[in-house]
Amino acid sequence: MTAIAFALLVAGGSFGAGLLGALTGLGGGIVVVPMLTLLFHVDLRYAIGASLVSVIATSSGAAAAYVREGFTNVRVGILLEVATTIGALVGAALAGVTPTSYLAILFGLILLFTAIRSIRPRQEHALLTTPDKWSARLRLDSTYPSAGGKQAYSVQHVPAGFLLMFVAGILSALLGIGSGIVKVLAMDQTMRLPFKVSTTTSNFMIGVTAAASAGVYLHRGYIDPTVAFPVMLGVLCGALLGARILSAVNAKVLRQVFTGVVIVMAIEMLYKGFTGSL
Amino acid sequence: MTDSAPRVSDHTVEQIVGRLLQLGVLIAALVVLAGGMLLLAQHGGAPASFSVFHGEPDGLRSIAGILRGVGAMQSQAIVQLGLLLLIATPVARVAFTLVAFVLQRDRTYVAVTALVLALLLYGLVFGHA
Repeated sequence: MTAIAFALLVAGGSFGAGLLGALTGLGGGIVVVPMLTLLFHVDLRYAIGASLVSVIATSSGAAAAYVREGFTNVRVGILLEVATTIGALVGAALAGVTPTSYLAILFGLILLFTAIRSIRPRQEHALLTTPDKWSARLRLDSTYPSAGGKQAYSVQHVPAGFLLMFVAGILSALLGIGSGIVKVLAMDQTMRLPFKVSTTTSNFMIGVTAAASAGVYLHRGYIDPTVAFPVMLGVLCGALLGARILSAVNAKVLRQVFTGVVIVMAIEMLYKGFTGSL
Repeated sequence: MTDSAPRVSDHTVEQIVGRLLQLGVLIAALVVLAGGMLLLAQHGGAPASFSVFHGEPDGLRSIAGILRGVGAMQSQAIVQLGLLLLIATPVARVAFTLVAFVLQRDRTYVAVTALVLALLLYGLVFGHA
């Protein structure tokens, strides 16, 4: 394949990943690495480098839209970023010594987990206003705009959430993904933030987490310009278009399609991991 | 937030920062696009194979090397510069958040944010993990 053909095909695939990722809310980063490794036979390290760059682009590109809604809890975000950035630096160190077959298996498992989470309907949890020791000390409790005016909420289980975020940071660096799904799990399920606050705060954190390991990977030579440029531009354009047409499409069907793609990729990654052919 | 009555609210700062981030991404994307087009114009016909990891040459993985390459109008270095600008946007976001907490005289969060910024700069400048 010539460089032009490679760039065009990768840009097209990345555009689709960014578009579907934005429309389904699952993020495009999770399918970029499997696409590059399975379809284009790109080495896992180059794929992770390019994917991390695209994760930063979508996170920062979407920031203004999220902020306008006024849901982000900046204190929660910055506090948990301590955990995710340390996790990302640990993950980047681990990536250098972890066999690629192990990474492929881990990737397959995360893809399966993502598919399961997207099939199961999300359960709305009741907002808690019981004060938590850590939340009070760190002044994390806040309010968010709802239909009935400002709604107060109290943040729960701060240490457990912090620990989960450390894991999210490791996964982000090891696999070149945003780990949005683990971040939302930590904030929505464990810390009991309102769902809208979890997703917007998660977006705030994804770019920062990815930047921590992307810097390390740039120095380590994982970021190749010929691989990264069509991925970054493709995912960014796809994600921007996705955000624009979000209200006009049937998200349910798309979600099923995307989940199907994720399951196929999960099986393929697990197979390659166990046979050591990646 | 309410007890100290800050002149700049979290939300206003975040709104400005959100816009700046979008601008940063736009500039980074334009630089990457320019470098990418130049790269394809110069080396578009060359075979592209990335199945074996070689690691990038020195000139494409250090900030100084990338800047030197850009000075020499090397297409690959221009793409890397765009990617470097992109990686810098979330770092800038944390820096702005730090300024906001300084203006609010929120000592705890000035310390927390400074720690995050230090970790990010450590990865970006030194590249050790």
